Amino acid sequence: MARVVVDVMLKPEILDPQGQAVQRALPRLGFEGISDVRQGKRFELEVDGPVDEAALARIHDLAESFLANTVIEDFIVKVEEVAEAAK
Amino acid sequence: MTARIGVVTFPGSLDDRDTQRAIRLAGAEPVALWHKDKNLHQVDAVVLPGGFSYGDYLRAGAISRFSPVMETVIEQAKAGLPVLGICNGFQILTEAHLLPGGMLGNDHLHFICRDQKLRVENADTAWTADYESGQEIHIPLKNMDGRYVADEYTLDKLEAEGRVAFRYVARGEAAHGYGNPNGSLRDIAGITNEAGNVVGLMPHPEHAVEPLIGSGRTDGLPFFTSILKKLVNA
Repeated sequence: MARVVVDVMLKPEILDPQGQAVQRALPRLGFEGISDVRQGKRFELEVDGPVDEAALARIHDLAESFLANTVIEDFIVKVEEVAEAAK
Repeated sequence: MTARIGVVTFPGSLDDRDTQRAIRLAGAEPVALWHKDKNLHQVDAVVLPGGFSYGDYLRAGAISRFSPVMETVIEQAKAGLPVLGICNGFQILTEAHLLPGGMLGNDHLHFICRDQKLRVENADTAWTADYESGQEIHIPLKNMDGRYVADEYTLDKLEAEGRVAFRYVARGEAAHGYGNPNGSLRDIAGITNEAGNVVGLMPHPEHAVEPLIGSGRTDGLPFFTSILKKLVNA
């Protein structure tokens, strides 16, 4: 079994007030030197069967039509190996 | 025979009954439509009401947009069926790409509920013909994800084509309902598609249709009389 991860982020030109609120809290927590924070979403998809080109293409379509709204968001699809030890 | 106007109920819709009531007060016949039913039951127009369909999970309107009823609404809206999206309904229309741009969380990160001043910018759509262009109206606003965003090209195009239907009246006292309440770009409160049959806005005209309740105004009623006149004269 393999895991496919879809990361979704607001497009860079779109204001992210949640990220800004996190960034503003950092100095209070003693974290210096972080000039910007942007918050996104991560989807972990457990895929039955092989993650071949066809499966990835389907997941790409899913991300493009549903997991992300490409009017306001960008996304990336990556394959993550599930640790063998977990078996 | 009067016009039949459908109101869709999604899981988590809140204002479907108020919308039906507003339609009845305007003199049309409200028809309850169910999200799982593809059949629009021969309605002459459809309203997607406010609320928090599917708990706003993923993005506001993102899951409802794929409901069976929306398949038919999208297909028929493209063929000219008048569709009004209020609040969550507006979010569903942008997610369905029947209207351009997208809706995001209010810039101040708080839920907002207040009476809001709006300016009618386009009084030629199916849902705004009973207003005057430039008229200021006062209707309730209540939302979490009310920030309208689009890229500069789309915003310029909307402006050039007169497709900004409503704008928040930015200058004036917040206590009297003035100001941009959510960080929407160019103070946009509502927009229309090119044909003028699909309109979406964040504030709630259905809550301002009777002098006895709410702000004591009936500034929202012309939405429903506009569509009725259009359908009856058609």
